[in-house]
Amino acid sequence: MRRDWETFSFHLVIGLIAVLALILLVAPTAIVLIVSFTSGFSLRFPPPGYSLRWYAALWDAWQLQFAAMNSLKVAAWATGLSILFGTAAGLGISRSSRLSAKLMDGLFMSPLILPALAFGLSSLMFFSALGLPVSPFTLIIGHTVVCVPYVVRNTVAALSQLDPTLLECSSSLGAGKVYTFRRITLPLIRPGILAGGFIAFMSSFDNVPVSLFLRDAATDMLPIRMWQDLEGKLDVTIAALSGVLIVFTVALIMVMERFTGLSRRLA
Amino acid sequence: MATTAPTAYDVKLAFPLGAFLAVFFLAPLAVLLVLSFQVDPKGTAYGLNQYGQFLGDAFSLGVLGNTLLLGLKVTALCLLMGYPVAYAYTRVGPRLKSLIILIVLMPLLTSVVVRTFAWIVILGRQGIVNSALMSMGIISTPLRLIYTDLGLVVALAQVQMPLMVLPLITAIGRIDPNLTDASLSLGSGAWRTFLRVTLPLSLPGIIAGSMLTYAAAITAFITQSLVGGGQMLFMPMYIYQQASTLQNWPFAAAISIIFLVAVLAVVMVFNLLGRLSRGYAST
Repeated sequence: MRRDWETFSFHLVIGLIAVLALILLVAPTAIVLIVSFTSGFSLRFPPPGYSLRWYAALWDAWQLQFAAMNSLKVAAWATGLSILFGTAAGLGISRSSRLSAKLMDGLFMSPLILPALAFGLSSLMFFSALGLPVSPFTLIIGHTVVCVPYVVRNTVAALSQLDPTLLECSSSLGAGKVYTFRRITLPLIRPGILAGGFIAFMSSFDNVPVSLFLRDAATDMLPIRMWQDLEGKLDVTIAALSGVLIVFTVALIMVMERFTGLSRRLA
Repeated sequence: MATTAPTAYDVKLAFPLGAFLAVFFLAPLAVLLVLSFQVDPKGTAYGLNQYGQFLGDAFSLGVLGNTLLLGLKVTALCLLMGYPVAYAYTRVGPRLKSLIILIVLMPLLTSVVVRTFAWIVILGRQGIVNSALMSMGIISTPLRLIYTDLGLVVALAQVQMPLMVLPLITAIGRIDPNLTDASLSLGSGAWRTFLRVTLPLSLPGIIAGSMLTYAAAITAFITQSLVGGGQMLFMPMYIYQQASTLQNWPFAAAISIIFLVAVLAVVMVFNLLGRLSRGYAST
């Protein structure tokens, strides 16, 4: 009898906290999504009525569109560079017991640990010491530094799950290194590379601390634009934009889940 | 000459990224370090003045202390709420599993500005919490929830929770179910089994998750500035103000170095604990 009560109380407490935590995780996103359909002028919940007017207002919000385009371009470049450098580096250091590989692994992961804001500031100082003005170029370089670890990590993880006998078979059947890479290794680790690239893209698109220092007047970035808008006033247009971003993100997650098993790679 | 195994690729493939990071990551950090020793923004002389100014100033030390304390509060809340989520994940069926993982991943992949914005909607003067409390007649005037320590800790905990839950899921999933079964069948109750078997064995996950959450919470510039508001100053905003608004680069550089050292120290402590706990969990 006492035993039953103990099991029951344990599951009750764990279950209650878990449900509460899951609600805490979902609620903010859900609330923004609902509020973005308001017909009113304020971010009241529940909204007085529903309409698509704030989504329509996005068509005229050229500043936001301009910033969004800049963010997309920079994220695309940073992701491309990250995949290029990161995949090669992941191949180079995985399964290598050399000291140089271990040291480089530490170097590749360190942008994740150091505060991005301190890195953004140091990049600005570095480029200005070189006499290089900030530009889309410096922005892309900075984003690549903080995004590339995701590609390296996912490539290494995918390679560690690759069965070495497959590669040995291929080479013992007479295939060259390049052929084996192109026909065996690459197709098998591609989901890992794509998952890493996806996270790199999302973190570049969302980056504030590096962009804050490395953008110039002509490159307004979306998260910074939103942040500055929010500091001044609570704008329902931002809620609609958030709605668009949420839908966009969920759609991308589902596509990536389908092709790369994203959730298994992250967990 | 030894032939290399076909499974190992040439280390040289990692050189391009190594060179790229040496130029665009390590060199900037070196410039930051050099600049932090400049006595004044003109760079006429070098010395420890900037560090002296920070360490001798109660206000600056307070900012550092508040930042480190904030990380501690957020990490504690994330652990308290995240552990049951991870525990439940390992005990439920496949359908609930994928629902939980989706809910956990969502905040991680949603824009940080959007997530933070949501908290303003919830905690603001006309926010959901206030209007609910007022319509129930519990309070008559709106409470100040935003720009408070509590609001900031909750908002940061939501943003950083996935970083805690994911390593915990891995760690709890690795525990041999026979061990908990044995404990239960030998007469330990559910609570005792949890406290004496599951919790200690998941220590590596707790430490890994705590390290990620802590580092992310103290460097979370956007959430700190929007939910914390102007009343509370933390290290990232302090660096930004000194660098951008006041153009005091040497001092901003020195604060950055101090912050970097603080973050690295925390990471190293967690790494050390992690190594100890892995030995503990495997025995």
